[in-house]
Amino acid sequence: MLKYLFAKNEDIPAGSSAIFFGFSAIVWFVIGTGLGSFNAAKLAFPDFVTGNEYFAFGHMRQVHVMAVIFGWISMAFAMAMMYITPALGNKKLWSEKLGMWNCMLWNVGLSLGLTLLWAGITSGREYSDFPWPIDLYIVAFVVIPLGTNVWMTILTRRTQGIYTTNWFFASATFMVGIVLLVGNTPEYFHLTGLTEAYLTWWFAHNVLGLWITPVAAAIAYYTIPKVTGNPLYSHRIGHLHFWSVVVFYSTPAAHHLMSSPLPEWLKSFASVEGVLILVPAIAFVSNILLTMQGKWNMFVENLEVRFTITGCLMAIPLNMQGGFQQTRAINWYIHGTGWIVAHAHLALLGFSTFLEGAAVYLGLQTLMKRKLYSLTLGNLHFWMLLIGFTTYWISMTIAGLIQGAGKIYEVPYIDVVIAEHPYMIARWVGGTMVFISNIIWLYNMWMTARQGTVVPQGRMPHELAYER
Amino acid sequence: MAFREYKIGARMFSFALGSSMMITLFFPSLDIAAVASTEIALDKQLSVGHETGFNWEDPFLLGKNKPVKVLVKADPKTGQPIEAVNAYVYPVGTSFPSGILHTRNLGHGVEELSIEQGRIKDVRKEDGAVFTIKNGTFDGKPVSYIVNATATMGWTPADVLKNAADENVSHVAAGKTMFVREGCWWCHTLLPEQTQDWQVFGAPPMLGDFNGESPTAFGSDRKAPDLLHVGSRNASREWMMLHFFNPRLVQPHSIMPRFDYLWGETDANGQKIDFAKWRAEYVEYREGKRVTPPDVPSYSKDSEIRSLIDYIISLK
Repeated sequence: MLKYLFAKNEDIPAGSSAIFFGFSAIVWFVIGTGLGSFNAAKLAFPDFVTGNEYFAFGHMRQVHVMAVIFGWISMAFAMAMMYITPALGNKKLWSEKLGMWNCMLWNVGLSLGLTLLWAGITSGREYSDFPWPIDLYIVAFVVIPLGTNVWMTILTRRTQGIYTTNWFFASATFMVGIVLLVGNTPEYFHLTGLTEAYLTWWFAHNVLGLWITPVAAAIAYYTIPKVTGNPLYSHRIGHLHFWSVVVFYSTPAAHHLMSSPLPEWLKSFASVEGVLILVPAIAFVSNILLTMQGKWNMFVENLEVRFTITGCLMAIPLNMQGGFQQTRAINWYIHGTGWIVAHAHLALLGFSTFLEGAAVYLGLQTLMKRKLYSLTLGNLHFWMLLIGFTTYWISMTIAGLIQGAGKIYEVPYIDVVIAEHPYMIARWVGGTMVFISNIIWLYNMWMTARQGTVVPQGRMPHELAYER
Repeated sequence: MAFREYKIGARMFSFALGSSMMITLFFPSLDIAAVASTEIALDKQLSVGHETGFNWEDPFLLGKNKPVKVLVKADPKTGQPIEAVNAYVYPVGTSFPSGILHTRNLGHGVEELSIEQGRIKDVRKEDGAVFTIKNGTFDGKPVSYIVNATATMGWTPADVLKNAADENVSHVAAGKTMFVREGCWWCHTLLPEQTQDWQVFGAPPMLGDFNGESPTAFGSDRKAPDLLHVGSRNASREWMMLHFFNPRLVQPHSIMPRFDYLWGETDANGQKIDFAKWRAEYVEYREGKRVTPPDVPSYSKDSEIRSLIDYIISLK
């Protein structure tokens, strides 16, 4: 792959950068979930690997979060963009060479940033933990090249109109640049106090709302019609989804700080807007599920469809939680508890990961023209991921409710810690299952590249029967 | 242009995103900028200095380029006993906090008094400075303001530090740096909630309590008690020392990590700390082969743990 960095653009085979991104994403997923499993072990067994600064929980927690967000999820997005945007424009990617460099610089920058975080070199701001030179690096060498490739591919497309998926890809690559630049202003310009605290959560909210959620949804808008062969149920509902994401998801940042001394009007406004996030959520889920009409057998039979629909179904509890847990009526009970941790994992490991997983499975098979090496391992990956995640989510939700009760009934804190202990063990077991399932996935995709059945030109991988 | 059919869409998009930015960034900034610093905010920003997250003066978060908080009991210039006062000592070359560099951040009233009576515009980084906090009135309302004691009373950083006993010197800023670097805030919040934390964790902060502090490190995921007022609940250095070395010594069910590595190489007497021996003896104690746990080494006065304990105890 690396030899293409210095090749002429036209000599690079189509899809190379998507394949490079796809495998990078899976590797980061293995690393990120491995770190997650390690961290969870420390919460369950505090004396597990101790007395070393570099294996302390406070040094590793943020590395896990940033590895899965900027490594796994965002690179899987880039993979999907490099593959789906040209496919929808009936052309090749604008520049494969830019894509290859983008992926290489992304891996280098992320490794550097995570190393700094690991060493404790942090801005001390949740989700924008990277020191600001790394943030600027991400804008310059990650977001701008990616956005350029996506935008130029759309602008030079050979089809009429722009399909729903590409509205989201184009606008999200633009918006995430703005969010990174504006959200880190406290670091470049040394803004302090409540401004710093608010902008920290403005960034955290918008990187989820204007990057992760819409791009994940956009991927489903492609995979379900493509694999099932059904046209998208309604473009008009797609419009509703797109515009309501831009309007309603970009405004509730303050609902992350409901119990802080921010101006009251801001918290009330954010809370109302936060409930309105249900508009894009319902539009998206209904649109995808209705597209499945007549093809529900594929939910059972086809791995990519199963991943995508599972992700869509998880968007229902996700958004029901998200819409209401941030209102004052509920937030006072569950704020700062494991409930929120469970919710965050439902968004990133449940909803988002399952949608991207489908795109990576589908994209790598299509681009490498190789059918998946082993369906059994694919199924094993799916079920271990799902059961591992569910174990995690249920245990953390229960732990969160215990913490909430402990908080309002003023139970001595240590009693809450004792009560949570079994759920911390369950969380570690669930997280470890996710980690192991991803190792299986990496092996499966590697073997697909080497030994998968060759897919003839013009056929979809799932149309071929399995030989083994 | 291939995009002409999307002109209306592009305009709608700019309008939608622009309005969203207007409401979520511009309007709140007007409100937040209009807030005057409380005495708590002045104490915090003078204690923790310019920045306790990543910055070029202290890129590895080692607690460099930081002020110290000193309890002054005698006038450092004349030696005459005075009523004890907290002085915030910025040795030569130390970066000043946001409120000194940008006095507008202090807010209405505080800014005027700090400039006119406190003479904070007269500071020079090359000379260092000593600050105190005083209470005055502005437009008939009580206001706390910053006093540049170097300009008003001739207190120099060197004099204050020379005359101060070590137990009166508090490395709050370096300790906050450790708090950020070691990720204490991943489990301990610094934000009692407005609805139900009053009884256990104390009063939630007010709007003007943060001016000038960076990062605020509120924390979001409370796996452990809130610490904003922890110094009021427990100010025992001995307890803190045992608890940081191995939390299970004082709280058997604690899931807090051990921070023994913050002791550094040597203890208070300059003896090398044998961590392996300590851990082996602790394991024996846990297995019931010893009656008492091994003694926790006392920390040296320039160790990182000393700064961290200074910071934790300063959270009143």
